[in-house]
Amino acid sequence: MDGKGALSAAFEVPPLEFAATQMLPNLWGMEMNTEDSLREYLRLFVRIPLLARIGPLAHTLDFIADAAPGVKEILAVGKLCYEAKEDHYDLVVVDAEASGHIVAQVGAPRAIREMVQVGPVREQTQWMIEVLEDPARTGVVVVTTPEEMPVTETIELIGRLDHETGVAVAGVVANRVLPALFSEREAAVFQRLDEAGPRATLVETAGAAVETVFQAASLTEARRRVGASHLERLRDDLGSEIPLLIIPELFIRAAGRRVVTLVAESIRDEL
Amino acid sequence: MATHARRHTDRPPLRGMDSLLASKEMIVVCGSGGVGKTTMSAAMGAVAATQLGGRVLVITVDPARRLATALGLDRVGNNETQVDPAILRKALAGTALTPPPGTKQGELWVAMLDTKAGWNELIRRHAPNDDQREKILANPLYQNITTRFVHSHGYIAMERLREIHASGRYDLVIVDTPPSRNALDLLDSPARMAEFFGSRLLKWLTVPYRSRLFTAASKPFYQVADRILGSRFLQDIAEFFILFQSMEKGFVARAREVERLLVDPRNAFVIVSTLEAAPAHEAGYLAEELQRRKMSLGAIILNRTLPAAIRQPVAAKAARDLCAASEDAATVRALAAKLKVDAADVKSVMAEVGARFHDISVVATREAERRAELEAIGAMTVAAPSLDRDVTDLTGLLELGGHIFAS
Repeated sequence: MDGKGALSAAFEVPPLEFAATQMLPNLWGMEMNTEDSLREYLRLFVRIPLLARIGPLAHTLDFIADAAPGVKEILAVGKLCYEAKEDHYDLVVVDAEASGHIVAQVGAPRAIREMVQVGPVREQTQWMIEVLEDPARTGVVVVTTPEEMPVTETIELIGRLDHETGVAVAGVVANRVLPALFSEREAAVFQRLDEAGPRATLVETAGAAVETVFQAASLTEARRRVGASHLERLRDDLGSEIPLLIIPELFIRAAGRRVVTLVAESIRDEL
Repeated sequence: MATHARRHTDRPPLRGMDSLLASKEMIVVCGSGGVGKTTMSAAMGAVAATQLGGRVLVITVDPARRLATALGLDRVGNNETQVDPAILRKALAGTALTPPPGTKQGELWVAMLDTKAGWNELIRRHAPNDDQREKILANPLYQNITTRFVHSHGYIAMERLREIHASGRYDLVIVDTPPSRNALDLLDSPARMAEFFGSRLLKWLTVPYRSRLFTAASKPFYQVADRILGSRFLQDIAEFFILFQSMEKGFVARAREVERLLVDPRNAFVIVSTLEAAPAHEAGYLAEELQRRKMSLGAIILNRTLPAAIRQPVAAKAARDLCAASEDAATVRALAAKLKVDAADVKSVMAEVGARFHDISVVATREAERRAELEAIGAMTVAAPSLDRDVTDLTGLLELGGHIFAS
C-alpha cells in the first residue's frame, strides 16, 4: 500500500505497478496507486463517458483526497475488496500502511456510508463492508516487535479495530524475537561466570577481549529479557482468542529473497 | 552526498550535542517510528535543563504513559506542565552527571501535541467572526478533516512550535514530531497549507453551485465528482470550504511564518535513527533533503548502537577461544569447583556465549556499515548506546541524555 518499493526489493523483482505482475509461481504482486484505482473504478462501475477528456486525474484526486475524507482510503480498500470479491486470487495479502492509518482504511466504507447520504459511492460501500466484516474472508494480522512502544501500540490498535470497525483480528506476529541463550539454571551460572574472579580465569584462557564477548552476551540477554516481558504483556492481553506467532531475529548478512525465505520458513513452523 | 555536505562547511561545525543544545532555541526531532524518538526528545530536554539551565519545554506526540510516569506526571496533557524541580534534582543526584559549576538548575516543562486541539485553536484565531467559527467547529466534515487534511499532524506540530517560540516563554523548545510515512511531509506541510488556499481545486469547490455548470474548466471535474460522490455530498463539502476560505488570509500568513521557521538559524533539526536498514535509510534520505533545502541539520543521533569493541578481531578470537576452552575438561572443572556449580552448565554457558558472539558481531558489522553511510553525509553524528533495560524514570532519561550530551 505504501509504495516505497519494499515488496519488489524483498522479492528482487523490477518495481511493481498497479497491474499485478507475477513474482514467483502462484504469487503475484501489485503496488497500490489510488489514481489508477480511481481510473479502474470509473471504467468498471461508473462508465463515465468521455473519460479521456478529463485528462490526468491526479489533480482531481488530490482534491478529492484532501476535501472528501475517506475517499482516498476507499479507493485503496475498494480495489482490495474488488480483488477478493471477484475471486481473482485464493488469498490477497495486503501490506498495509502504518498502524495509525489502518483503522481509517478498513473503516472507510462505513465512514463513507454514514457521510454520503445518496449516490453510487454509498451503494458501493455495501459489498465492501460484506467482504471486510466477514471474519471467514478478512482478518487483520498485526506485526509487532518485542519492545515497549510497538507492543503498546499493538494492544491499542486491536482495541481500536474492535471498537471502531467490524473487521476481525486474525492474529499477531511478534517479529525479530531474540532467542534465549540460556536455560534458567545456565543464566544463573552465566551471572556467576561474569563476576570478577571467574572472569580472571577466563581472561587467562581466552584473552582480555573475553570481557567484550561477555559484555555482548550480557547485553543481548538483557535485551531479550526486556523483550520477553513485553511479549508476556502482549500474550496476556491477547488471551487465547488471538493467536500469537513468534518469528526469531535473523543474524544474517543478506537482505531480499534470502530473508523472505527464512521468515517464510519461520511462519510455516509456527503455523 | 559529499557536495551537499561541503556546501555547509562554510559555517563552522558545532562541536557536540552540548553546544547544539546550548546554542539553539528550537530543536525539531525527526525520524521513523520505533527508533526511540520520544524518549530521546525527553532525554535531550532533561539534560539541557539540568546541565545548561534555563527553561526547557519538550513537546511530545502521544507519549507512552510510561514516559509521563517517568517524568513524575500523572499524564502529559495539551497544556504545558512543569516537571517537579525536586524530582528533577533528586533524579540528577542519582546519575554521574555534574552540572558545570555555577549552573542554576533549569526548569523542565512538557506538553503533548494534540492535533485536534491545535486545529480548534487555529480556527478560533482565524475565523472572521463568532458565527463563522461556530459553523466551522460544528461542521460534520471538520472532524474528519482535522485528522487527515494536508498532513495536518506535522503542520500542527510546527505551528505549535512557532507559537510557543514566539511567546518567549522558553529558552529551548524541543519538538518530538509525529511519525510520518514520509519524512518530507513535515517539511512540505506549511507550503502545502498555503498552496491549498490558492488551488484551482478549492476554487472549483467553492464556486457557488449554480454557476458551476457554466465554468468550462471545472465542468468535467464536476461531472466526475457528481457521479461518484453525489451532488448532495458535494454541496456539503462546498459549504464547508466556503467557510474555510473565509480564513484564507490568516491561515496563509501563518503557514508562511511556519515555513520561515524551518530555515530560521535559531532552529535545528535532529534526526534520531537506529542502525537498522529501514530507519537508517529514511534518516539518510531526510538528512540529505534537509541539507538540500538549506535547513539546519543539527545532528543525527544513532540510537541503540552496539559497543564498537564487538567488531574487533581480538574479540572474535576470544569468542573462538572461549568455545575451545569449553571443550577443555580441566578448565571447566576448575571453574565449576570455584563457583560450586555443575560443570555441565559451565561448559554449555561458555560454549553458548562463545558461539553467539558471532551473531552479535554480524549485527555490529551491519550497524557499522550504516553508521559510516550516515557519517558520510557530513552532519554531526552522535551515538547512544544500546541499553540493557527500558528507560522508565527521570534518572534513566538523564543518563541517556548524558551519553549524547558529552560525546
